[in-house]
Amino acid sequence: MQLTEEERKEAVEKSREILARYDGSRGGLIPALQQIQDVLGYVPAEAMREAAGHFGMPAVDVYGVVTFYNQFRLTPPGRHQVKVCMGTACHMKGGNIIMESWERVLKVKVGETTPDREFSLERVACVGCCTMAPVALVNETVHGKMTPTKVDGLYFSHQLANQQKKEGMPE
Amino acid sequence: MNANKTAAMVLDEIRAEALRSWEQMRQKTLIAVGAATCGRAVGALEVAGVFREEIERLKVDAAVIEVGCMGHCYAEPMAFIFKPGFPGICYGYLNEGLAARLVRDFLVDGDPCVEFALAADGVNDFIPTFQDFPRGLVEQKMVMEHCGLIDPENIEHYLAVGGYGALAAALAMDPGEVAKLVKASGLRGRGGAGFPTGSKWDLCRAAGEKTRYVICNADEGDPGAFMDRTILESNPHLVVEGLAIAAYAVGAGKGYFYIRAEYPLAVERIRKALDQAGKYGILGKSVLGTGFGLEIEVFQGSGAFVCGEETALIASMEGKPGLPRHRPPFPSEAGLFGKPTVINNVKTLSYVPYILRNGADRFKETGTPGSPGTAIFALAGKLVNTGLTEVPMGTTLRQIIYDVGSGIAGNSNFKAVQIGGPSGGCLPGETLDTPIDFDSLTRAGAMMGSGGIVVLDENDCMVEMARFFLDFTQKESCGKCTFCRLGTRHMLGILERITRGEGRPEDMDLLLELAGDIRAGSLCSLGKTAPNPVLSTLKYFRDEYEAHIFEKRCPALMCKDLIAYYILPHKCERSCDACVGSCPVEAIYSNEDRIKVINQEKCVKCNSCLVACPPQYRAVVKVSPPDLAAGKEKENDERKSQDNH
Repeated sequence: MQLTEEERKEAVEKSREILARYDGSRGGLIPALQQIQDVLGYVPAEAMREAAGHFGMPAVDVYGVVTFYNQFRLTPPGRHQVKVCMGTACHMKGGNIIMESWERVLKVKVGETTPDREFSLERVACVGCCTMAPVALVNETVHGKMTPTKVDGLYFSHQLANQQKKEGMPE
Repeated sequence: MNANKTAAMVLDEIRAEALRSWEQMRQKTLIAVGAATCGRAVGALEVAGVFREEIERLKVDAAVIEVGCMGHCYAEPMAFIFKPGFPGICYGYLNEGLAARLVRDFLVDGDPCVEFALAADGVNDFIPTFQDFPRGLVEQKMVMEHCGLIDPENIEHYLAVGGYGALAAALAMDPGEVAKLVKASGLRGRGGAGFPTGSKWDLCRAAGEKTRYVICNADEGDPGAFMDRTILESNPHLVVEGLAIAAYAVGAGKGYFYIRAEYPLAVERIRKALDQAGKYGILGKSVLGTGFGLEIEVFQGSGAFVCGEETALIASMEGKPGLPRHRPPFPSEAGLFGKPTVINNVKTLSYVPYILRNGADRFKETGTPGSPGTAIFALAGKLVNTGLTEVPMGTTLRQIIYDVGSGIAGNSNFKAVQIGGPSGGCLPGETLDTPIDFDSLTRAGAMMGSGGIVVLDENDCMVEMARFFLDFTQKESCGKCTFCRLGTRHMLGILERITRGEGRPEDMDLLLELAGDIRAGSLCSLGKTAPNPVLSTLKYFRDEYEAHIFEKRCPALMCKDLIAYYILPHKCERSCDACVGSCPVEAIYSNEDRIKVINQEKCVKCNSCLVACPPQYRAVVKVSPPDLAAGKEKENDERKSQDNH
C-alpha cells in the first residue's frame, strides 16, 4: 500500500519515540511493536525497519514476527473495527450468520476495510464471552446475543451518529 | 531470626486498615454490579450507571462497586444489593429500568422486590441462597470463593477476606518446604496436561542457575473456554498471590503474567493489582519486609494459539515467532533466556494459596486420588444456565450438564458434549456418567484441556463441528512440523468436501490415516491433539458422516450447502409479512394465494426468516437435502394446477 509522505514521516517519528523506551534486548521487540500498533493502528514497513535498527536484527526477522502473530496488522484499520467472534460456542449459535450479516451490511469481505476506511471487518478466535454467544465487537465494546437484525441496528446507529456529527447537532 | 514473624506482622498491619474500611463499607448500603467481560457484553456498565444516577438523584446513602463474575453468567447483568437489615440479595437479568426501580422501591421504600430476586447471601425465610440451587449440591468453591463478591480493583477487599495470608505463611517457611507441601497436595497443572505442580517446582529448584523466572500462563486460547479470564477479572490478587508463592518456592526474583491480547480487561485488572501490591509492600524489593525481592510484569500475547504451549510462550517472550521446540531440556531447567523457568496456568496458581492456608491433606479430601482438588469448567452452548462452575474432580458430566447447567435449552435433546477445545473431543450421551478427571477423559477420547465445555444439541452437526476445529488448528498451526502444517490442511479439505456434499466413500478411512500420521509427526500437543475432534466424532457419530457422504444430507440441518429453507404452505398465515421483511436479499415473495414462497436461487440461507416467523405459526423449516424444497414447491404447483382444472 502506498503511504503519503506525511504518513511515512509520522510512522518513523512515532516509532522512534516508542522504541527509545526500550533497551536493545530482543525481549522488548513484541511489546514495542504492540505499542506502535496502539498508536498508529497498524505496523507499517517504516516502523519495522526502525525496529530492526533499534534491536540490531535483520528487518526480515521483524517482518517474520509481525506476520506470525494474528494481532498485528500491516494495513491501516478502519475507524471502527468490527470483530466477529468465531469461537466454538459462537460458531454453534450462528457466528457465521452474524459474520455474513456484517459482510452484507458493510459490503466487504472478512479481513477487508470499507473503501471510505470507516469500518474494517475481522474475525477473532474467541473473546471468552461464550455465555453470550454469538458475540461481536465494535471497537472495544462487546455485543452479546447478536442477531442479523442487531447487526443492522448497530450499523444504523453508527450511521446516525456520523450524520449527526456532520450536521453538528447542538447536543 | 524473627524475619518469619515480621511477614505476618507486616501483613496484619496492612490488613487492619483494610478491615476498617471494609467494615465501614458494609455498614451502609452497597450495590455490587457484576462487571466482568461477560456482564459488560450485555450492558452491566449501563446498569451500574443507572444505579449511580438514581442514588445521586434520590439522595440515597449507598455505594456502587463493580465486581467480577460469580459464575452465573446466564443471568447477567446481575447485582448484589447489601442493605443493612436485609440479607444480601442478588438480582439477575437486570436492565436500566429494573435498576432504577430497585433503587426507588428497595433502597428508598424498603421493598426488596423479591419477584426479581435471584438468590440471597445467607440463609433467610424468603429467598433461597445459591447453595439451595441444584448446583449448590455439586459445587465446591476453592478458587472462586470470593469471585463476584469483592472489588477486583481494590486490594483492601482482598486483604479483608484474608488475602495474602498464604503468602505470609509461605514466607515463614523454608522455600523447599513450600514446594514439598504443594507436592504433597498432589496438585496437578490445570492447563491441560496435568503435570504435578510440585515436581515442576522441584525441577526448577534443582537447576544450578541462580537467576530464575516464574510465569503465569494466561494465554487462554481455547475457543469455548473462559475460566482464566473470569478468575483474572474477578480476583486478580489471588493469582498474584499464587505466583508470588511460586516465586518464593523456587527462588525466582522476577515473575511474568503472559496474558492474551483478546483479554484487555484482564490485562488492566492484573496491572492494577500489581501496582497496588507494590504500594502495599507485598511485591517489590522486600516482600512483606522479609528481604525476599520479587518484581512481576505483564507481557501481552499477540494472538497466537500455539503460544499457550510453554516453549512457544517462551520464544514469544524472547521476541521471536512463537515456535515450540524439543523438550528436554524442560523450561524448568532451561526456559526464558535460557534460565530455569516455572510456567503455571492461572488456575493452578489460584489453588496454591488455598493449599498454603489449609494444608495438603485438606486439599486432597476433595476430588479423586489421582486428581485431587476441584475443577473449574466453563459451560457454554445449548444449556439453560451457561456460566462458570467449580466442582470437585470426579463429578460426572451428567451432574455438570443437568444439575449445574439445568439441562438443554429450548425444545431440543442432548446430542454431545465437546470438552477440551480443539484438542479435545465430542462425547455422546453414553459417556455422561464418566467421572471427570485428567485420566478418565483421555480414556474416553477427549481431554480435560483447560476446561471448556460446550454442550451440543440435535441441531448441531458433528461433521461441521469437526470441520470447525480443524479449521481452527489449521490456521493456528505454527508451521514448524510438516505433518501438522500440511496434514491438518488436508484433513480440513476433506471435511469441507464432506460438508459441501461432495464426500467420497473412502474419505473416512483417509481421515483416520491422516490423523495417525499427524499425531506421530508433530512436536507439540497442538499437532498431537489436532485430530482428536475428528477421531472422536468418527468414533461416536459415524452415521452422520455416512449421511453426508452417501445421502448428501445433513441430519442436524446445519451444513449450509446441504440444506434449504422452505415455507410450509399449510402453516403460513398469509396475511403476515414478517419473513418478507426480514429477508436481506428479497428472496421471499407472496404467490397468488398470498402464501409466502422462498426463491431458492436468491436465498442466502441467513436464517432470518426462520427467526422472524412468529412462534404461533412456525411455518419456516429447514430441509435436507436441499432439492427437497424445490421438489416440494413443484408438487405444490402441480396440485394447484390440478385444483384449477
